[in-house]
Amino acid sequence: MHGVNVPLVIELTILVLAIFLGVEVISKVPTMLHTPLMSGTNAIHGIVVVGAILVAGRADADTLTLVVGFVAVALGTANVVGGFVVTDRMLEMFKPRAPRQGE
Amino acid sequence: MSRTTTDLLYLVTIVTFILALRFLSSPKRARQGNLLGAAGMALAIGVTLAQPDLENFVPMLVAMAFGAVVGVVGARSVKMTAMPQMVALFNGVGGGAVALIALVEFHNLAPAGLVAEDAVAILLSALIGSVSFSGSLIAFAKLQELIGGRPIVYQGQQLVNAAVLVVALFLGGAIVAGAESDALVVGLILAALAFGVLFVLPIGGADMPVVISLLNAFTGLAASAAGFLLHNNVLIVAGALVGASGTLLTILMGRAMNRSLTNVLFGAFGAVTTAGSGGAGADGRSVRSTTAEDLAIMLGYARKVVFVPGYGLAVAQAQHDVRALAELLEAKGVSVLYGIHPVAGRMPGHMNVLLAEANVPYDQLKEMDEINPELPQTDVVVILGANDVVNPAARTDPSSPIYGMPIIDVDRAAAVVVVKRSMSPGFAGIDNPLFYDPKTSMLFADAKAALEQVAASLKTL
Repeated sequence: MHGVNVPLVIELTILVLAIFLGVEVISKVPTMLHTPLMSGTNAIHGIVVVGAILVAGRADADTLTLVVGFVAVALGTANVVGGFVVTDRMLEMFKPRAPRQGE
Repeated sequence: MSRTTTDLLYLVTIVTFILALRFLSSPKRARQGNLLGAAGMALAIGVTLAQPDLENFVPMLVAMAFGAVVGVVGARSVKMTAMPQMVALFNGVGGGAVALIALVEFHNLAPAGLVAEDAVAILLSALIGSVSFSGSLIAFAKLQELIGGRPIVYQGQQLVNAAVLVVALFLGGAIVAGAESDALVVGLILAALAFGVLFVLPIGGADMPVVISLLNAFTGLAASAAGFLLHNNVLIVAGALVGASGTLLTILMGRAMNRSLTNVLFGAFGAVTTAGSGGAGADGRSVRSTTAEDLAIMLGYARKVVFVPGYGLAVAQAQHDVRALAELLEAKGVSVLYGIHPVAGRMPGHMNVLLAEANVPYDQLKEMDEINPELPQTDVVVILGANDVVNPAARTDPSSPIYGMPIIDVDRAAAVVVVKRSMSPGFAGIDNPLFYDPKTSMLFADAKAALEQVAASLKTL
């Protein structure tokens, strides 16, 4: 994974563009959905589990790498799974008014 | 699987994350979006596990199974009122994972010599990840009331915090300068953990939403830093999206309370303002109290009623009762809306979730800017467990600590009824002139009991 040297500048460009995109997309989320938004983004940063898997799965891993790596994998998985499940539970509750009512 | 295929599949994950956030702009599609994001996440994890040089599968799957079980059980069992602390907890474990990744990477890369950008990435991942981890745990403990919600302050606090941060940065500097010992990263992580604790302790329970949102941004940035370390685009982009979202929400929350971030983080709000402007409370102004029966009559003959819920409503578990009352009123032809202040609850938008849980249709939930123009044509406003967010002093009294905070202008409605257990001031300890307004009546009762009585009387009308 360190064999390919992606230039730092490209990574920084991706970072900056992603930040602008994030602000753009998120400013359209209504206040009503801010708690699910926070919980949903919380699940998204659980993507660190990918990083944890990569470091814990090194072929030349010593004990420290294995122990710390697997703790990181467990934490990251809890973050991902818990985050998405909690967000789903919340969003499931948002229902429109029953059809009998008109505004 | 080749590196190119891997990166292309990671790109698919990136797209699902962006769509997940886009779909959140309407409650109709939000749930689909979240499922799409989850599918993207599953894809990224699958792709990662399929890397040809990956070893140690069995313990890896055990660790994942363990994390998944903890995550599902936690997420399924949490009550909606306790949602903010659950989010804080999941946020913390994500930050912790990043700090540990930094430790392992340093341990494996340092002996061969670190390039500067990797060293900086390790420094940032370890620092931000650890602060996010310990800070989130303290936020969790405060919201869960394992420790007191009041700010914990002492002499020279800022100096101690600054000193701890300097130690962390010094160790980080040594890493960037090329020192190789694992003890450096461990020391950096410990110092950053201590900083996270010290930094959240002095912040009052009422400001925890801002803190959680900020720590959410931190974990996002830490994930981005880890992405630089591992040269992994999906981490960089996902982290940046979360960082942007957390920062934006933090700013919005601050604006809704009319306070700068610095003031929230370093102001120890609840501790200092209790004494402020308290003198006006006991000067013999009278309040008018009412009964559940009278309130039922007022509501039954109104054309338009607005409920303004605060966290007190959630504490009393009265969301279902307010919805039941609203349905009775609607059956009588009364129009019912809910006015929701952005900081009602323990998280931005928390009150919406709590009311949605009680099956209140989301189109009746109006944000502050939508409800304010409606209030002059409203016959009765019922305030349930809210206080500071309806305090007209924020508009009229420049000496009030909350002066300038945007509020729900309930005093512009024809009549106001405040359901409240006693005359005690709100979380921030600020006197509320609304209670002494001639068109306000107070119903001293527990919100749940009061709503049940009002509904019962309404049925007999």
